[in-house]
Amino acid sequence: MSKVMRTLDGNEAVANVAYQVSEVAAIYPITPSSAMGEWADEWAAQGRKNIWGSVPMVVEMQSEAGAAGVVHGALQAGSLTTTFTASQGLLLMIPNMFKIAGELTPAVFHVTARTVATHALSIFGDHSDVMSVRNTGFALISSCSPQEAQDLAMIAHAATLEARVPFLHFFDGFRTSHEVAKVEMLSPEEMRAMISDDLVLAHRARALSPDRPIIRGTAQNPDVFFQARERCNPFYAACPGIVAKTMDRFAEITGRRYHLFDYVGAPDADRVIVLMGSGAEAAHETVEYLNGNLGEKVGVLKVRLFRPFSAKDFVRALPSTVKKIAVLDRTKEPGAAGEPLYQDVITALVEMFTAGEAPFSEIPRVVGGRYGLSSKEFTPAMIKGIFDELKKDNPKNHFTVGILDDVSNTSLEYDPSFSTEDPSTVRAVFYGLGSDGTVGANKNSIKIIGEDAGLNAQGFFVYDSKKSGSMTTSHLRFGPKPIRSTYLISRANFVACHQFTLMEKIDILRCAQEGAVFLLNSIYGPDEVWNHLSRTVQRHIIEKKMKFYVINAYKVAAEAGMGNRINTVMQVCFFAISNILPREQAIEAIKTAIKKTYGKRGESVVQKNWAAVDMALANLHEVTVPGEVTSTFDLAPAVPDHAPEFLHEFTAAIIRDEGNSLPVSKMPVDGTFPTATTQWEKRNIALEIPEWDPDTCIQCGKCSLVCPHAVIRGKIVEPQALENAPEGFKSAPAKWKEFADKRFILQIAPEDCTGCTLCVQVCPAKNKTEPRLKAINMIAQAPVRERERACWDFFLSLPDFNRQQVKHHLVKDVQLLRPLFEFSGACAGCGETPYVKLLSQLFGDRLYVANATGCSSIYGGNLPTTPWAVNAEGRGPTWCNSLFEDNAEFGMGMRVTIDKQREFAAELLCKLAPQLGDALVDALLNADQSTEEGIEAQRARVAELRKKLETIDAPEAKQLAGVADFLVRKSVWVLGGDGWAYDIGYGGLDHVIASGRNVNILVLDTEVYSNTGGQCSKATPRAAVAKFAASGKPAMKKDLALMAITYGNVYVAKVALGANDAQTIRAFLEAEAYDGPSIIIAYCHCIAHGYNLAMGLEQQKAAVASGHWPLFRYNPALKAEGKNPFQLDSKEPTLPLEKYIYNETRYKMLTLSKPEEAQKLLVEAQADVQERWRFYQGLANLLGGNGAGEGKTEAD
Amino acid sequence: MDLTTTYLGMTLKSPVVVSPAPVTEKIDNIRKAEDAGASAVVLHSLFEEQISLLSHELDASLRQGEYSYAEALTYFPDMEDYKMGPDGYLGHIRKAKEAVQIPIIASLNGVSKGGWVEYAKQIQEAGADALELNVYYLATNPNMTGQQVEEMYVELVKAVREAVTIPLAVKIGPYFSSLANMARQLDQAGADALVMFNRFYQPDLDIENLEVKPDLNLSSSQELRLRLRWVAILYGKIKADMAITGGVHTATDVIKSMMAGAKVAMTTSAVLRHGIEHIARMLDGVKAWMEEKEYTSISQMQGSLSQQKCAEPAAFERANYMKILTNYIPEPPKPVI
Repeated sequence: MSKVMRTLDGNEAVANVAYQVSEVAAIYPITPSSAMGEWADEWAAQGRKNIWGSVPMVVEMQSEAGAAGVVHGALQAGSLTTTFTASQGLLLMIPNMFKIAGELTPAVFHVTARTVATHALSIFGDHSDVMSVRNTGFALISSCSPQEAQDLAMIAHAATLEARVPFLHFFDGFRTSHEVAKVEMLSPEEMRAMISDDLVLAHRARALSPDRPIIRGTAQNPDVFFQARERCNPFYAACPGIVAKTMDRFAEITGRRYHLFDYVGAPDADRVIVLMGSGAEAAHETVEYLNGNLGEKVGVLKVRLFRPFSAKDFVRALPSTVKKIAVLDRTKEPGAAGEPLYQDVITALVEMFTAGEAPFSEIPRVVGGRYGLSSKEFTPAMIKGIFDELKKDNPKNHFTVGILDDVSNTSLEYDPSFSTEDPSTVRAVFYGLGSDGTVGANKNSIKIIGEDAGLNAQGFFVYDSKKSGSMTTSHLRFGPKPIRSTYLISRANFVACHQFTLMEKIDILRCAQEGAVFLLNSIYGPDEVWNHLSRTVQRHIIEKKMKFYVINAYKVAAEAGMGNRINTVMQVCFFAISNILPREQAIEAIKTAIKKTYGKRGESVVQKNWAAVDMALANLHEVTVPGEVTSTFDLAPAVPDHAPEFLHEFTAAIIRDEGNSLPVSKMPVDGTFPTATTQWEKRNIALEIPEWDPDTCIQCGKCSLVCPHAVIRGKIVEPQALENAPEGFKSAPAKWKEFADKRFILQIAPEDCTGCTLCVQVCPAKNKTEPRLKAINMIAQAPVRERERACWDFFLSLPDFNRQQVKHHLVKDVQLLRPLFEFSGACAGCGETPYVKLLSQLFGDRLYVANATGCSSIYGGNLPTTPWAVNAEGRGPTWCNSLFEDNAEFGMGMRVTIDKQREFAAELLCKLAPQLGDALVDALLNADQSTEEGIEAQRARVAELRKKLETIDAPEAKQLAGVADFLVRKSVWVLGGDGWAYDIGYGGLDHVIASGRNVNILVLDTEVYSNTGGQCSKATPRAAVAKFAASGKPAMKKDLALMAITYGNVYVAKVALGANDAQTIRAFLEAEAYDGPSIIIAYCHCIAHGYNLAMGLEQQKAAVASGHWPLFRYNPALKAEGKNPFQLDSKEPTLPLEKYIYNETRYKMLTLSKPEEAQKLLVEAQADVQERWRFYQGLANLLGGNGAGEGKTEAD
Repeated sequence: MDLTTTYLGMTLKSPVVVSPAPVTEKIDNIRKAEDAGASAVVLHSLFEEQISLLSHELDASLRQGEYSYAEALTYFPDMEDYKMGPDGYLGHIRKAKEAVQIPIIASLNGVSKGGWVEYAKQIQEAGADALELNVYYLATNPNMTGQQVEEMYVELVKAVREAVTIPLAVKIGPYFSSLANMARQLDQAGADALVMFNRFYQPDLDIENLEVKPDLNLSSSQELRLRLRWVAILYGKIKADMAITGGVHTATDVIKSMMAGAKVAMTTSAVLRHGIEHIARMLDGVKAWMEEKEYTSISQMQGSLSQQKCAEPAAFERANYMKILTNYIPEPPKPVI
């Protein structure tokens, strides 16, 4: 049988096996494992069968805990069951893992090993999650590459059936899960040969069945529990042997051989590194280089089966000559005697040596070290550094490698210039933006080269943490030899920069080696480009003797109808210059790949891509490189000179892509960072920005309200304040009756705008002589950048408008409140951030935010900079992210503390009343803080209190000083998406709203798990397609608002800013004012809905007009006034649902893929709308209610 | 009484044909039209532009945000297949053919020459009895000459004619410098019929919101005049059949169309306004009139008032204009609102 080779990533390779040898998969999204569940769901939707000819059932659950529960139940009922997870998700599975293992149930969990959140969350890879489940009783088996991930997945599924020990198969998150590599695929026949049907039947025979009833899961007492727990020992003792036997069978079937421990290196090595995971590949490559090129005698032992740990097999796998061993753990256990693998190795060596079963005459010296936490690079240079350390008489123990630890001095030194890169391997690095398609094109190139050219191929992709204007870096290796380089390319012989603007700040050519080729997408032609390059870039090109090519890919792409998608053009140029394939063959292969990738989206899409291919080469030019550096400028500073010191010392390095060089001493000890730092990171990602036309403007404030990035700000100032305004600074007479003698300013932050155009869309004012123009119009950013930067700086220097003079319920006035959430990394046109910004404007100076993990925690708290800001007095929101699943409880904890500390402060005030004076104490305790004025007055009293406390020498005075701030009213807001509120966090959310505590909950409802790529949640509407609901969601959206209303004492509102901004603001104010729990469910348009987000506000209107998203407020406070607490704020639906939903790809794609199903779901969804509306109307009409659409939310 | 007529080489049971309209998008309506006496149905147009637009939109939506952020490399599941292209339209032709006995005439509105030809072939393969090319083209480019526009039409008709064997009708507008010459050129290029005229919906201006609004306003019998005039002028001067569309609302309109020289009268607005059953009323009216005037067949009247056969051929030409102006007596002024 001929072998099938494919280029694919580790996730797909594993999912392919797990799907085909399972009957049930319970899934839940979590990075970086989500893709495995997505594959399984898509395949099931397509009717793909497993090796027994049946389509597995794939079920999404509300959390990983739920998924584990389903797995447990499915196993007990006799199905072959699998799941996929990582990190916190794996932790949530632990209780069931103990059960599954305790009941000796064959199962396989596939885990993309990922960092567990500690001082910070990290989506990247290490073994801290896997090491947290060591005591569950699961076997832990590790793979190092996409090929191995496929193979060991198969071995795990086969071995568990015989061993009856459940298996956790893990591979490194991102490095293996997302690395695209050439894999020899397992055929269904090979999989079939690996699985014993007898063992499958035995599994079924052990299952629960009323036809042969048994019970499991009993409760046991001290008399027998212990003995019963020891009863499983023989199974664990046999497990390694079964795995080894399964590996042998796998080798017979496929020719690929694995062992429990695989040793690579000199048979007479004196130094050996022991490790697991992808780092073992880099170690393998380094060992071969050191032995072959430098005459060293070293080796690496790759641990495959970590649990049950077979000490006997371990020592047998080591060369008898070994003298020193470095055990590397990709995890950290603070306070432990050593990390887990280190401890197991020590134990094994001592036990085997003591028992006389070790092959060496004296116990080798063993040191442990940590590496690669959160996907920190692990390179041959570091590995050589470890071997060099082992040469020392007293090598450092408990070391770290890959960082500079100048605090505890754990880190090893190494020579970063050491390289093992093979000269026959092509190494190419591409810099691009997410929006330009660079990564997609590179994935295609890898397939072409791996599958058409017959070369080995590897692709790895790095993304920054912004969701708008994000930079991508693609690292591609191709060559005749196997590629084991599980680290980024630092010596590229081809560098492409697909975006000229990236050259302004990043040292793009740092990674180029001598003689490398440089391809640049440039609007400047070959004769003029040189002087538009920085001195750094010019120096690289000259000193490294690089060949330099330019192409104006934007022009070619535009002419081919591709818009800003330059990927195809740049891909053709790469093939043309790199000569990996003959030019004609490459072009043919690119066209074939285009047809394969885009063909199902329609012929015209294929044609325009092909046109781009045909036009590319004619526009590619080689640049004659001058002999000297002539540029008058260099790389722009990462942050401005006047930024605070912390930004210069810490943040700037990250922005420059040099975060790896920051030493341990620069790190906060506990994950604490200053807020208000996005203002210093000028990203300049918008090609066009809005321009204000004061003559047309009606000063309504809508542009400012909807701006997702807080780049449009309004102020009212005295005319004389503008005397020193810079050139081009605009103002207009204020259109407020009470401020008619003042000037109104609407200013745009030119370097922070993302160019989303929501402001233009919402602007209601039109230019009378040229109605295509509004009061806000888009213009090119580059020509006005300098001017507008000066205007923006001047604007910031003007005083904020007095909050006490602003009517907080008016849209027009809200624009005058300073946003304390600005310039986040959210998507351009984000539908969530306008609500978050509004929150910060209304209550920011006394705001606590508990933020569920998700989009809002990423754009709100991902380094390098944070958008939560401070006002002129230095007050602002204080923010923390706990987990995904516990956010409501986390926020409630904050509330409980505030309430307790306020109570304590009150008690202390009473105690100290004789010294402080009754008048002040009484005023502090009974202050009316329902208004801005009241809050300011209380702040003044607290300031007075503090002064008096300084004069009182009593322990109570010190205590009171510590809690005095709690006497000022605080506002607690719990933020998160629908995945949290409707699914994983619902149980906690439910308890918190039932608690009666004054906690405000804002649900940013995008109707999918947006942050992990659009998986279905219980907020997903019927008929919408989402990941995990590839056939369209069959059930209606959960009515979370209605569920909350049933408590009767919860303030509940459903809002949509684009449909009724006044109602939204009113709901925020009412929720905050209500002394009890409140929940606001906010409609958020989202990139995962599949349309141009510039139309997001129009879609919000349509959502309301169609009845999909009725607007209402339920205010329990109205009961006391004898009124109906339920107020319906939108009118009876007038728009057929299809006119709303089919504007969005998430719905429309079902009409194109499964038209009959789409039609059926449309009818049902329309019925949902009608039924829901009737119900709400009924509620509104109760107790003399307001009926439909009569809720008073407009300006008074 | 013989109500039959021939059109595009087919014998039709009556001269009333349903023109492309939203009603023909539903098979049930096509059945109802047949029951009401329509002799053929011209389906709504397959728009090449719409197909490409859908493709590009889908592609753009699926690509939006793709491979930009590590946790969300894509936002949608990769569906196995999308029914893109003309599949839906071709399926509609097949279903219509199965549903009724009367001929089904497909309508095509292309953008590219390749698109016209390719989709025309697919329409033929789907079983359409004939094809109407709906050349909805407004020459707005000041650099484009009238001759270039005419050549474009002719080349298009030639290309499609070569590609398919089913009868071919061409729907045109009246805005040619020499319509008679244009009609002949199309005739010679291989058109089996000319459908006159496309109405080119005119947008309206919204002075409250300062917007231009596309506005569908239904035709009236008044619009029939232009069609009658040109059909009457061209009758006997070209080989191709002629069909009148636009302004056919009543039995009288049908009779006038026949007398001017059309082979069929197509109706859209009347059906939209009065329902599909209005076709039966129109035909009843035709029959009643023929009975009263003792006509025995439609063919008897076809072309009887054409320029070639009528008693006042000059009435169709400029002289007619002079006569109207001379006889015009203005009405007294009305108050202006």
